[in-house]
Amino acid sequence: MNSTGPNSKQAQRKAAMTVLVHSATADIAGRLAAITLPSHENLREPENGLVMMRGRIGGDGAPFNLGEATVSRAAVRLATGEVGFGYTLGRDAEKAQMIALCDAMVQSAELSGEVEAKVIAPLRVAMNAERARKAAETAATRVDFYTMVRGEG
Amino acid sequence: MYVAVKGGERAIENAHRLLAHERRGDRDVPEVTLAQISGQLALGVDRVMTEGSLYDRELAALAIKQARGDMIEAIFLVRAFRATLPRLGATEPVNTGEMQVRRRISSTFKDVPGGQILGPTFDYTHRLLDPQLAEGFVPEQPETAEASQAATPRVTDILGRDGLIESSPQADSDAPVGDLTREPLSFPADRDLRLQNLARGDEGFLLALGYSTQRGYGRNHPFAGEIRFGEVEVELFAEDVGFAVPLGSIELTECQMVNQFKGSTTEAPCFTRGYGLAFGQSERKTMSMALVDRALRAGELGEEVGAPAQDEEFVMSHSDNVQSTGFVEHLKLPHYVDFQSELGLLRKLRQEFAEANQAVELQEAAE
Repeated sequence: MNSTGPNSKQAQRKAAMTVLVHSATADIAGRLAAITLPSHENLREPENGLVMMRGRIGGDGAPFNLGEATVSRAAVRLATGEVGFGYTLGRDAEKAQMIALCDAMVQSAELSGEVEAKVIAPLRVAMNAERARKAAETAATRVDFYTMVRGEG
Repeated sequence: MYVAVKGGERAIENAHRLLAHERRGDRDVPEVTLAQISGQLALGVDRVMTEGSLYDRELAALAIKQARGDMIEAIFLVRAFRATLPRLGATEPVNTGEMQVRRRISSTFKDVPGGQILGPTFDYTHRLLDPQLAEGFVPEQPETAEASQAATPRVTDILGRDGLIESSPQADSDAPVGDLTREPLSFPADRDLRLQNLARGDEGFLLALGYSTQRGYGRNHPFAGEIRFGEVEVELFAEDVGFAVPLGSIELTECQMVNQFKGSTTEAPCFTRGYGLAFGQSERKTMSMALVDRALRAGELGEEVGAPAQDEEFVMSHSDNVQSTGFVEHLKLPHYVDFQSELGLLRKLRQEFAEANQAVELQEAAE
């Protein structure tokens, strides 16, 4: 992957985070068990909090506050200096911690290839399969209208 | 007035112990799990999240279990829980146009781009109790079909392209987004605050108000332009990270109500709109919300204002079922001192009445 510019690196981190937040904690842990984890320390102990979720008036207008959601967040630093952040909906501190660790690895020139290949890529396949399953189930409920022939013509 | 009274501690403790026992039900019957509540009583969980104003399925399921299925009690528990966690920020506004649609219907356009998608719905069921469901029913796997790649634009966006419907009010970058959890309500309230209030408002209250507009108390000729339910992605701009981080997806229901026209000598007539948005699959809630949102815009749209659903102070001050239940149910608390003073006053009034009557009788007897 061409990831030299800051924007493409940010896009790569965001893409990895997207996959991780949609994955179950046990699945991420299972994938992480397959690689050698780098030495790291907690920069921020995992913590739970709330975020106010916003919608838009009419769907596309000015924002308004819809209601809150629980979130968990963490930050880790690799011994080599990379700082990773983990944010996720819910109160699963372990998940936030693992996302932070993955984010740090994605930023490491040495580790990004392995974490992408052995953690992110397989989880992305599972995420897309789940989305495709839901989309296929939903598609079966699409209405096909047909017009009844009326009268004698 | 209520005063502190002592002496009930043991009775209270034993009452709570009895409550825990009753909550458990027959101990020979397996205990209900949070996963069961979340998965099988999903729409109840959606309601508790919406009116509890906190998106967390597991907590809402726990609240329903603890409240023995009393939804308003469960909503109360969830609201109280909110106070235990710090707020880390506000998300980017969600984009319902990019929803992974699970259901999407329009009652205004048969051939809406993207199609009419029924999804999991009670609509078109016969509302006959199904004895099969009593125990051990295993449903068929859902049918599947090839998913279309076509976009499902919002119906209001389609109408908006031709100028047939008013556009949504755009953000004033100088004005912060109103938040009624941070500052007390004051009137008149802007639409952002009204929508926040309605989003957490009691479904039954909003349903009744919405219905009242249909029956003529503030009529505004609504069509369900579109109702959609599905998953939307949520992002939070995290200052420590330096960009908007994905948090995951949430389920939302959105209702776009399309209502009769406004126009003036300078503006061509166009449809007006009311908006509803709620956590989970909450169709009745979002439809009611959209009707009431539109009714509350009566003044802005130059309509005669007089019906209950058009009175923002009345609607917004009574929509919150936690506030309502707090004030109604506080009547159960000891009011012994208040009542004693009322009783004293009543006795005095009765004595005066008796004395006056006696005087009249004596006078009549004397005449």
